[in-house]
Amino acid sequence: MAKRIDVSGLTAYYGSHKAIEDISMTVEPRSVTAFIGPSGCGKSTFLRTLNRMHEVTSGGRVEGKVLLDDEDLYGPGIDPVSVRREVGMVFQRPNPFPTMSIFDNVAAGLRLNGSYKKSELQDVVEKSLKGANLWNEVKDRLNKPGSGLSGGQQQRLCIARAIAVEPKVLLMDEPCSALDPISTLAIEDLIGELKERFTIVIVTHNMQQAARVSDRTAFFNLAAVGQPGKLIEIDDTERIFSNPSVQATEDYISGRFG
Amino acid sequence: MSNATIADKRPSTLRGARLPKWSPYAIAAGSVAVAIGIGLAAGLDSRVQWGLIAGLLYVFGSYAIAARVEGRRQAKDRVATSLVWVAFLLAVVPLVSLVWTTIARGVKVLDVYFLTHSMGVVADSQPGGGIYHAILGSLEQVGLATLIAAPIGVLTAIYLVEYGRGGLARSVTFFVDVMTGIPSIVAGLFILSLMLMFDMQPFGFAGSLALAILMVPVVVRSTEEMLKLVPNELREASLALGVPKWRTILKVVLPTSIGGITTGIMLAIARIAGETAPVLLLVFGSKFINANPFEGAQASLPLYIYQQYGSGETPAYDRAWAASLTLIAFVMILNMVARGIARWKAPKTGR
Repeated sequence: MAKRIDVSGLTAYYGSHKAIEDISMTVEPRSVTAFIGPSGCGKSTFLRTLNRMHEVTSGGRVEGKVLLDDEDLYGPGIDPVSVRREVGMVFQRPNPFPTMSIFDNVAAGLRLNGSYKKSELQDVVEKSLKGANLWNEVKDRLNKPGSGLSGGQQQRLCIARAIAVEPKVLLMDEPCSALDPISTLAIEDLIGELKERFTIVIVTHNMQQAARVSDRTAFFNLAAVGQPGKLIEIDDTERIFSNPSVQATEDYISGRFG
Repeated sequence: MSNATIADKRPSTLRGARLPKWSPYAIAAGSVAVAIGIGLAAGLDSRVQWGLIAGLLYVFGSYAIAARVEGRRQAKDRVATSLVWVAFLLAVVPLVSLVWTTIARGVKVLDVYFLTHSMGVVADSQPGGGIYHAILGSLEQVGLATLIAAPIGVLTAIYLVEYGRGGLARSVTFFVDVMTGIPSIVAGLFILSLMLMFDMQPFGFAGSLALAILMVPVVVRSTEEMLKLVPNELREASLALGVPKWRTILKVVLPTSIGGITTGIMLAIARIAGETAPVLLLVFGSKFINANPFEGAQASLPLYIYQQYGSGETPAYDRAWAASLTLIAFVMILNMVARGIARWKAPKTGR
């Protein structure tokens, strides 16, 4: 059920400002692809173009193609709402719905989409929470508000919420940057398990994290502040961290700049 | 020799001379005493003057004393503190005095009989009578106004915050701002001109329309602020689950802000419940019970107060004060209900 993503010639704008320019890459199914690069290089913007969240920001628009198993996400007649059901997203800061309990948070995707059977709901919630390694910690307090959990638990709750709707691809925008090392480890372990079922794309500032969790790594950079971000190279993670083909990548990962 | 005395011998750069904790109270008591003395000596009749003198003495006194003992920076700090206190008292004194006067004069005739009878066959100069017809009229007019204004206001705010871009949104915001400043009598005149065009007699619903005009901008403004407080991350989280935008607004944004929105609507109701001018023009006022807001003149509480007070008879004065107390109680109950709802609906925390 995991799907491949093929991006070709993608350029994204905020109003008249060009944020990323001419990006082409392939993201393999059932693998983890990490995006690294300095702040402002457009990693997050590019990530958000993959499930049409970019256009939620006012003035956001995109040129180019994003193929999800041969279907262009930006083709005519494509409903962004359906795209987002196939391509889920986890955000930088844990954002459980404050008015909902833990159970309702996980069930939110199904309930708000209106397509579910009552009997299934219980099973889906349990399966998703187990999938996010959170079940044992919360099974006795499913009716308590999600905001009462710790930051790491909240983030896993958000992952459970995202996988409850059975997406094909899971996008993660710096999912560990607000978390402590222990919670980060829990999420990284979880990513390792989830890649059996989903195509995962993760943006991270932490290069060790990229090296630990990802199969392939893409390095983004920008020529100068105000210039659009570009994809410098994408390759197997091992190769990027040992013997990258572009000098800028080596400079970045060895800490010579950025 | 104890440790304390040893420590005292080393001058500390971190510790300066401090006035004792009771000094603000002592200065306040002193200023009041001196102010009374000055007032008596100068033969000032007004207690307000005494209070102002005491306030000034307190501010200057605490600055002078603190500057002498503690230094200039601490003195400025004390002046700021005492100014805040004086301002607080200046704000509270009229409020307490108003509530006190209303209660003291209002309880005289306020009883169950007063709340359940109209002014039907009672002349203004006679004791007896009541405000049942006015309460009924007020509830109906304000209730209908709320039914019209709350949905329009909330939907307008949703448009402005969630959808509005460009010229239309800017002009809506501009007109809402302009509407906030409309004097209530103008809203009344606007509806009156419509009534005259169609040759209609005063009736309750016409008042509701004018009140709704006054209420809409207040609801829009407060709802807008509440919707803006909902973090964008929640909207994005919902959209990223593949939830359509309208459902996101209905199921995520509104529930998160419903407490604040309700409070805003309640406060807007409280504001229009006290309006007299449009009611005077459009509903006209009546001594009799009229439960039908769509036909015939009705009474309302603020209008009743105005008419009773204007008649100049002692029993009518008492009734006006009792009606004022009822109106204040009504508004306060609304406020408390709003707070209760806000607390009940607020996003829950805790484990």
